[in-house]
Parts: sequence; C-alpha cells; structure tokens
Amino acid sequence: MAVNYFNYLRKEKMPHIWCAGCGHGMIVKSIIRAIDKLGWKNDEIALVSGIGCSSRTPGYLDFHTLHTTHGRALAFATGIKLAKPNLKVIVVGGDGDMMAIGGNHFIHACRRNIDMKLIVYNNNIYGMTGGQASPTTLTDAKATTAPYGFLEEPFDVCNMAIASGATFVGRALDLDVPLMDRVILESFKHKGFSVVDAWSQCPTYFGRFNKWGSASEMMERYKQIIYNIRQKDQLSEEEKKGKYPVGILHQIERNEFCERYQKLRDTLKGKEEAE
Amino acid sequence: MQEKKNIKFLSGNEACGEGAIVAGCRFFGGYPISPSSEIAEFMSKRLPLVGGTFIQMEDEIASIGAILGASLAGVKSMTATSGPGLSLMQENIGFGAMAEIPTVIVDVMRGGPSTGNPTGPSQSDVMAIRWGTHGDYPAVALCPESVNEVFLLTIEAFNIAEFLRTPVVLAMDEITAHMREKVELLKESDVKIVNRKKPEKMPYLPYEYGEDLIPPLPGYGEGFRFHVTGLNHDKTGFPTNKSELMEEGNRRIMEKLDKNKDKVIKHEEFMTEDCDILVVAYGSSARAAKRAVRTAREKGIKAGLFRPITLYPLSEKALQKAAGKAKKVIVPEMNLGQYILIVERVIGHGFPIIGINQVDGEPISPSKILSKIEE
Ligand SMILES: Cc1ncc(C[n+]2csc(CCOP(=O)(O)OP(=O)(O)O)c2C)c(N)n1
Ligand code: SF4
Repeated sequence: MAVNYFNYLRKEKMPHIWCAGCGHGMIVKSIIRAIDKLGWKNDEIALVSGIGCSSRTPGYLDFHTLHTTHGRALAFATGIKLAKPNLKVIVVGGDGDMMAIGGNHFIHACRRNIDMKLIVYNNNIYGMTGGQASPTTLTDAKATTAPYGFLEEPFDVCNMAIASGATFVGRALDLDVPLMDRVILESFKHKGFSVVDAWSQCPTYFGRFNKWGSASEMMERYKQIIYNIRQKDQLSEEEKKGKYPVGILHQIERNEFCERYQKLRDTLKGKEEAE
Repeated sequence: MQEKKNIKFLSGNEACGEGAIVAGCRFFGGYPISPSSEIAEFMSKRLPLVGGTFIQMEDEIASIGAILGASLAGVKSMTATSGPGLSLMQENIGFGAMAEIPTVIVDVMRGGPSTGNPTGPSQSDVMAIRWGTHGDYPAVALCPESVNEVFLLTIEAFNIAEFLRTPVVLAMDEITAHMREKVELLKESDVKIVNRKKPEKMPYLPYEYGEDLIPPLPGYGEGFRFHVTGLNHDKTGFPTNKSELMEEGNRRIMEKLDKNKDKVIKHEEFMTEDCDILVVAYGSSARAAKRAVRTAREKGIKAGLFRPITLYPLSEKALQKAAGKAKKVIVPEMNLGQYILIVERVIGHGFPIIGINQVDGEPISPSKILSKIEE
C-alpha cells in the first residue's frame, strides 16, 4: 500500500525551506517510509536535531520534535532516551553539525550504544551558513572558506562511527532510493546506536562552487565515488581507491545502555533501606 | 506521636544530592569538576536506587543538553559544575530559558577566570550566572550559607524551576560545598514539592499562556505532540520572524519572572531595623558578616546584615528599606566587586557603598568585615 506521507508531515508547515534540488527532502521521505513500514506511532517518536538546513527536519514532522543548538542534538537526545526509554529517538543533523561542532557527542554516543537512530545528512558543506567547508568537504573541493580548494582530509562518517563503537553503520546516496530506504529501515530495526551516513547534495553551494552542475548532475558525480559493499570482494583495490562503500557496512550485537541501566536498578531493588 | 528528626552530619555537596532526591530529581547528567564532583558521585550511587538515571557525559555542554532533554521527556533533572563548566554550559542555559525548560544547575564556585583556583572558595561566578548566556533571559539563582540551607534550597531550586518553567542555578561556594554540618533531612511528605503545570486538553499550544504568563508543559510521549526550538517562536512553538511576535516572546520570558517574583524571592535580615551600617552579603561570606555584625552590636555599633537568598531576583524593595537609615553599606565578596554593582543600582549612591574583595582562595574573615564596620 502506498504510504500516506501526510500522516507524518505537518502539512501546515509546507512549503519547506529547502532549495530546489536539495537532497534533504529525499532523506526525509525515506525516514517516513521506514517509520510507516515499522508501524511506529507518531506519539512514540521523538525527533531531535541540531542547527543547519538538515536540522530543520523536525519542524516538518508530526512527532515530539526538538530543534536544539548547533551540534548538540545527541546530548539532548541522550537525556530524552534515558528519561523515557520507551520513546523511539531519531536524531538528524548535517555533516557540520555532527562531525565538527558535535563530533565529541558523536563518538561518545557511538561508544555508549544507547538505542537511538542517527541520520547524518551529509552534503560535504555547510548549507545553512552559505557554503563554508565542513569536515567532510572533499580534498581540493571549493567552499566559501576554501576558495583555493580544501587543503584538509575529510572524515569518513562511517569509519568514525565503526571505530567509535556504533553497532549499526550504513551509507546510501539519496539518488539510490531503494538502498536509502533499506539502510534506514534496517537501522531503525536495529537495537542499539545506529549511524546512517545519508548522502545529500547541496546544488546551491557545493554544486555551484565546484561546477558540479544541477542536482541530477551532482548525483551522477557522487555515483562515481561509491561502490556497493556487496561488490567489495569482486572489485580490486585499485577500483575501490578513493571510493566510499554504500549499503549496510557494519552490524553487531552489544549490550544496550538503557537495558543495562534497568538491570542495575533491578539488582539494586530493596537495597536502599539497607544502606 | 512526634517522629524522631532525621539529623545527619553531611557536606554541602551531599546535602545537595539529598535535597535533589527529595525534590523528585530522577535524572542527573554531569562531568566531574572540583569542587562539585561529590554531587555527581552521590547521584550516581543514589539515582538507580530510586528508579532514576545517572549518566556521566563527555563534557559540560553535553551535560546541560542531556538534562534539558530529560526534562522535556517529563523527568526532573539536574547537573552540577564549577566555573569552567558553567562557561561551557552558557549557550544551552539560554536554550533552556528560550524554550522554557525547567532544570537545575548547581554551580559550586571556584576562583576564576580560567582554571583559576580549583579547590579554594570563591564567589566569582555571580555575574556569569546573571549575564553569561547571550540575550536577555530570566536569571534565577539561589545562594545557601549553610549545609542545612543547601538541602532546603536545592528543593526550592527545583520548585522554582518547575513553577516558572525555566533553568534555575543553585550557586554554592567551596566552603558550603565541603563543610560538614548538621542537616535535618526532611521527607518528601514534609516539604512543599512543586510540579510543572500540565495541559488539560487538546489541542495544546506549548507556548500559550494565561495570566501568570507561564505556559503548561507536558512530557514528550504523553499524548501532546509539540515542537521545541531555540529560535524565536510563536505560541505554537514553531519559528516566527514576525517582529511583533518576536518582541512579545522575548519580553514575556522576562515578564513571567517579574510578574511572579514575589513567589520566588527570599532574603534574610539580621538586625537591620535600626542599622547605621548595613552589610549586604551572601553565601559563606554572609556567615562571616553575621559574626561581624553581632560583635559590632556588642560594641554598641548599630550594624545589620541583609542576605539575599535568591541572588536573582533580588528583593529590591526590602534592600532599599533595610538601607533606609544607613550611613554606610558594606558588600563583602570573594571576587573583585560583582554583586556590589547590583547593590549600587538598587540603593543608589547617596552614601558610601564599600566593597570588601578577596580573591586569594581564602574565606573573608569576620574580623576583616568588622574592621570595615568600625572604620
Ligand atoms: C554555536 C554555533 N556556531 C555556529 C553556528 C552557525 N551555523 C548554523 S548551521 C551551521 C552549519 C550547518 O551545516 P551542516 O550541519 O552541515 O548542515 P546543512 O545546513 O548543510 O544541512 C553553522 C556553522 C551556530 N548556529 N551555532
Ligand atoms: S543551501 Fe544547500 S543544504 Fe541548504 S537547503 Fe539549499 S541546497 Fe539544501
């Protein structure tokens, strides 16, 4: 059955602020399809973001929504989840939000393995503030603060997540809707902290500065620098060089924090008086 | 039959933890820092015993974020820190004020600026507490002088936060935090506990307010879906850039404190009825001041003490009255003259207002205050 998006959208908040060709809206649709498929109720979802174009997502969705400060979404979300573990907590933010100013919260959230779903809308640039370089800006790419090209190495969101202890890590390009749908859906099904590196395009800044063309031309460019993780063994090292794998890259089982904490409370039960 | 009083010998930091539990705090997020760490240690031990949650966050920015999140989920929350941590929290203290989220921030003051004096007493954050975040916001801060008062004011801090729907600071200094004194531990049933007002019906607008200017607040997941942002917003909680609505919102969060300040303000007066010399002091400096005033009286000098218990808001009328007949006002502080600025504004410059300022990591002695009284 077709998804009725309006069951999840705050209709009265349309039109959204995103530019024509921005990839962020496509990620939102994938999120909605995953929620719909899982049958989650609007009232059991808390959606938390930081600041940025991507972080405007919560305003458009009819859940318990929180638009925090730049980089801090995971900190607020941690409080929500621990206070009400029954809530399904989804966190969204941009590459600047999550990998620069919020980088410390990102690695610690991965380490703690609290059952929260993080989706990084990664467009390799600071959209909201006018196209400055971000920690995922590709080396030599241009940005308003890298007018001669970016001299640094970008973070790989997924490698960071895996190294920091996230128990589910996936990546997809917005162009590949079925893959984005699958990766987000599986991340939502996962018990523990999940990270999806959701590639989006910012034609307004990244596309224009780097002469990558329109949104669809940009997607074609991005396609050149990815390969499906399922082809990992078929492709030579040479063919994979400088390219990012997409799909579900990592999934393991590890103790989830809220459950551990509840166990602690249970074992301590009745001990207060004895103190 | 009279129940036996539960008297314990505790440090201020422990009394703060006890008070928080009685007030209904069930979430603590914090980052260790002297001289506040014992509060986090206490909460890590106690919270899981009472169905609550403790988490040590990765820094103070995360700590304040987590406690604001927990509060939005309907759970009373707290963090504890000292100057360097308070500085890191400032952006999100403003978020709490703007989005109107009740929570309690304990600041055990140490010498600053920077790392300063981690283990010595100080009152150097008094202005940072008032003006630290950007923008205008309704600052509320309580300042205890004894361990017993730490217990009571911690409960009060939660009550005010819940009532006004805003972050409240409990400002202690290293002396009140580490000193051990007798505390009467009261039970929940023996104290007044305030819980936030909740909405009664749908549709619910998160920033729609009545006469008291305080909008009701449900927890996430309790059936009322709403949006929260640090952007200027209208009654619906969604961002607005209409100038009249921005003006209204910015003014209202200030006016809600002003309108309800009589329910919040607390102060103590000691021998002020006929005083020629008024000492205005807070926290542990007020204890030294009280000793000095007593000795002065024994010597026939008409001295008195005005002690703001809520540093913010200050009972301005009462201070003006207490200073009414005074020829001299003395303000001892463990900083280089912060609260004196407020005293000057409130009681004017008609007579000398003299600061006693000390930033050597030692408490201000009663004799130092006495000699200023006698001067
Ligand atoms: C503390 C703080 N520093 C800086 C900013 C300014 N700022 C707003 S959004 C943003 C970056 C947005 O980029 P990203 O997170 O990648 O999201 P996008 O807009 O590209 O979706 C910055 C630097 C801010 N709001 N707060
Ligand atoms: S500026 Fe870029 S990221 Fe922001 S809405 Fe426009 S296209 Fe999207």
